[in-house]
Amino acid sequence: MQHYTLSCCGGVKASLPPPLSFRWSKIKREGGRRLPRCARIAAQLELKPPPYSLSSLEPHMSRETLEYHWGRHHRAHVASLNNLIAGTDLDGMGLDEIVVVSYNKGNPLPPFVHAAQVWNHDFFWQSIKPGGGGRPSGRLMELIEKDFGSFDRMLEEFKRAALTQFGSGWAWLVYKANRLDVGNAVNPRPSEKDNKLVMLKSPNAVNPIVWDYSPLLAIDVWEHAYYLDYENRRADYVSIFLEKLVSWEVVSDRLDVAIERAAERAREAETRKQEDDTAVTHSEAVEMYLDSDTDDSEAE
Amino acid sequence: MALRTLFSKKAFTTASGFRPIAAGDRCFLRQSRGLTVAALPDLAYDYGALEPAISGEIMRLHHQKHHQAYVTNYNNALEQLETAVAKGDASAVVRLQSAIKFNGGGHINHSIFWKNLKPMNEGGGEPPHSTLGWAIDTDFCSLEALVQKMNAEGAALQGSGWVWLALDKGSKKLCVETTANQDPLVTKGANLVPLLGIDVWEHAYYLQYKNVRPDYLKNIWKVINWKYASEVFDEETA
Repeated sequence: MQHYTLSCCGGVKASLPPPLSFRWSKIKREGGRRLPRCARIAAQLELKPPPYSLSSLEPHMSRETLEYHWGRHHRAHVASLNNLIAGTDLDGMGLDEIVVVSYNKGNPLPPFVHAAQVWNHDFFWQSIKPGGGGRPSGRLMELIEKDFGSFDRMLEEFKRAALTQFGSGWAWLVYKANRLDVGNAVNPRPSEKDNKLVMLKSPNAVNPIVWDYSPLLAIDVWEHAYYLDYENRRADYVSIFLEKLVSWEVVSDRLDVAIERAAERAREAETRKQEDDTAVTHSEAVEMYLDSDTDDSEAE
Repeated sequence: MALRTLFSKKAFTTASGFRPIAAGDRCFLRQSRGLTVAALPDLAYDYGALEPAISGEIMRLHHQKHHQAYVTNYNNALEQLETAVAKGDASAVVRLQSAIKFNGGGHINHSIFWKNLKPMNEGGGEPPHSTLGWAIDTDFCSLEALVQKMNAEGAALQGSGWVWLALDKGSKKLCVETTANQDPLVTKGANLVPLLGIDVWEHAYYLQYKNVRPDYLKNIWKVINWKYASEVFDEETA
């Protein structure tokens, strides 16, 4: 099973200016004077707490790790994001949209790292629970067996992605609908069978929603995620994550949402295609060839 | 170049590619194939000797676990590469490149890093003088400005990587560069020679400084070995 590696320049500095249609510059100043705080529209994103207490994942993930990872790293990204987007076009958007827009098709703008890391960490905390582990069932297990061969082989793929993400980043189990992000490329015979589970790894803050995939499970393999508890032993951390922490119920729920979303997209695409076909039938025949001055024909 | 010291004393190849094989040689096979293995270099100081700037626990893990892992994995990748090349397996050769770059780069970078550090009671932290000192004043206005620039770039680096004080061999100018992950400095320019590198991977500071990378950067200057940087500078500008 092949890994897909998402790559992008993880650095803060974008080498190209942002597209003109997207106003990045802050619009805090009005008539040369800064707007008073009460007049600025600031839809502040909040730091969501994990759905369990900070000490309830012990001994697999210590309270101390949660206090730093959630309480410092995650919190700092929320604060930085709010600070960067206040007064800009991104202010007031939902987090998913901020991530995709600031990703800027692979040339990320300054808010991206913070937006994506807020998104990633929210997703991560919800992916695990006290007393996690075990095995999934139902549709999720069926898809795992179809796309990876077996549950154990899926686990091996997950571990391999997590361990071969050189440097900081994430490993993901995602549901991939077969949509192409190219205007005139169409899958001529789309079917639900094209949709499948794949394993991904991504560097730094990149996450699969920028590629319109549906993430189902993530593991943070930045060193801060495991160093206090496991030091350099990333492999032990990943194994414990899978054996003792992962919430397969949440993963299953996410899969149901992803499948429904893919089905709806397919229905929309079909409707659009039918409308396009109808429009062509009713329009005048398009003049395909230019008139030529002579009657010469290529096929003599 | 100093890279020669990175490799095992059991380096078997001479300039001509062979040396007489002694009967007692334990590594006969590697020797006859001419494979030179990388080895973990020793530190010139105890693990705890850089405290309080860098804790002994971090130094031990950093050297014995992280750097050792790069060495081991680099050697494994090289062996596999040798086999792939011999078999003409281009696909395997290409597939191995990322592991070689990552682990080889990790070995190169950390080998420089250990030499960039020195205990305070052995001269660590003492500012550079004469040639390198003047060059820093010329290219950065002052040592403080250089330190500030390296700290700013090191703190801003997203994810994992290194911040370098580099000498451009061509222009003889100093510059500050960053590299991602374990990319060695030459990936930023073939002319660039590393004088100082600061590891800003989280493993380099997390146990002591947690998420506060700027504090680590502020403190590491107390144990920076400017003497080594000066020696490299003088050698390259001679």
